[in-house]
Amino acid sequence: MARILGGITTSHIPAVGNAIQQELFDDPYWKPFFDGYPKVHEWVKANKPDYVINIYNDHGLGFFLDRMPTFAIGAAHEYRNEDEGWGLPELPPFPGAPELSWHIIESMVADEFDITSCQELPVDHGFVVPMQLFWPGAPNNPDMPRAVPISANTVQHPIPTLKRALDFGKALRRAIESFPEEATVVVLGTGGLSHQLDGARAGFINREFDEYCLNNIAHNPEELTKITRMELVEKAGAQGTEFLMWMMMRGALGDDVTELTRNYHIPISNTGAGTLLLECA
Amino acid sequence: MHDMPGYDCHIDIPGTTIFDGRQAMKGYNLNKMCYDFNQKANRDGFAADEEGWMEKYGLNDEQKEAIRSRNVLAMIEAGGNIYYLAKLAGIFQLSVQDVGGLQTGRTTEEFKDYLKSQA
Repeated sequence: MARILGGITTSHIPAVGNAIQQELFDDPYWKPFFDGYPKVHEWVKANKPDYVINIYNDHGLGFFLDRMPTFAIGAAHEYRNEDEGWGLPELPPFPGAPELSWHIIESMVADEFDITSCQELPVDHGFVVPMQLFWPGAPNNPDMPRAVPISANTVQHPIPTLKRALDFGKALRRAIESFPEEATVVVLGTGGLSHQLDGARAGFINREFDEYCLNNIAHNPEELTKITRMELVEKAGAQGTEFLMWMMMRGALGDDVTELTRNYHIPISNTGAGTLLLECA
Repeated sequence: MHDMPGYDCHIDIPGTTIFDGRQAMKGYNLNKMCYDFNQKANRDGFAADEEGWMEKYGLNDEQKEAIRSRNVLAMIEAGGNIYYLAKLAGIFQLSVQDVGGLQTGRTTEEFKDYLKSQA
C-alpha cells in the first residue's frame, strides 16, 4: 500500500518563478525567502517520494467561470504549463500518474466527495512554482516524482469551508493509503499566506494571523476550522483564502506529524510568504 | 459571525469586493475577454484594436470605460476578477505592485514601502 511521508507547504507567487529563473537566491530581497528551502531539499533528496500530490488553486488558466469546479483532480499522463498571459517560459511536461489519479478519484467519490476529473489540465504557477522550489530544475530533476494535481476553487465565492478542506484531506489520506502499490507519497499545499491583490485594501498582509495559522496547523488543525470563510477573507486578505490548500494538505497527513522546518517572510511580492515541512509519524 | 449559506451572507470588509455569483454574472464578458488573453493571438488582437476587441466580447459601457481609463477599481466594480484582470495588466506591462499602487493612490515605490512596513 502507498504511504504518505509528509507534507510541504509554500507560497506559489509568480515572482518566485522569475527569481528562480534569474537565480536570485542570494539577492538581499530574495535570500530570506530562499533560505527556507535547503532543509526541504535535503528531506526530498533523502526520501525521494515516488508520487507528489500537488494541491493548488488555479488562477484562471485551467478553469474559467463558465465551468468552475470546487475540487478538481487531474488524471492526465502529463501536465503542461502555459505562459498565463505574461510570457512565462513554457516548460517540458510534468509526468502524471493517471492510475493513482483514478484510484484517488474512485476513492474520493465513494467517500462522498464529488470531484471533477480532468484528463487535460493546463497547470499554472500555483502548481509549477512549488515544484521548482522543491525539485530544482523541475521537471528536469532526476528525483522528480510523478504528479497528481488537485485544484480547489478560490477564484469565485462560494469557496469551500476550512472544515471541508481539512475533511477533503482526510479522505485523500484514505484514498492514498488504499492505493495497492508499495510507493511513497508527498502532499503539497501551495498558496497563501495573507495577501490581497485587488481593491482599495490591496497590499494588505497580516503577520499576526499568518502566525496563528502556522502555529496551529501542525498540531491543532481542528482549531482552524472555526475560522469562517468571510473571516478568512477579512484576516488573510482576498487571496489569502488560498490557505484552504494548506488545510487540504494537513488533512492528508494524519494526526501525528513533526514540524521539520518553517520559514515566514514579509513581503515577497504582495504576500506574507510561508513554508512548512511536516513529516508523518 | 456565522458561516451561513446563501447569497447575501457576506460581511462588509472595507476596500474588498467579494467576487461571488452576483459579481461573476456582472463581469462575465469582461472576465472572458481577459481569460482569453492566455493566448498570445488574443493579446495581439486586443493591442491592435482595443475598441473592436471589447465590442467583440460584448463588454458594456461601464467595463469599456474602466479599461479605456485604465482604472482597476472601476474594472472590479464592473465585475472584473483580479485573477483574469491580471492578464490584462500583463498586456499593459504592469506588475502587481504597479496595480496595487494604482488601486491605493500610491506610486509603485510607495506601495512597495507599504508592503515592507507590514513585516
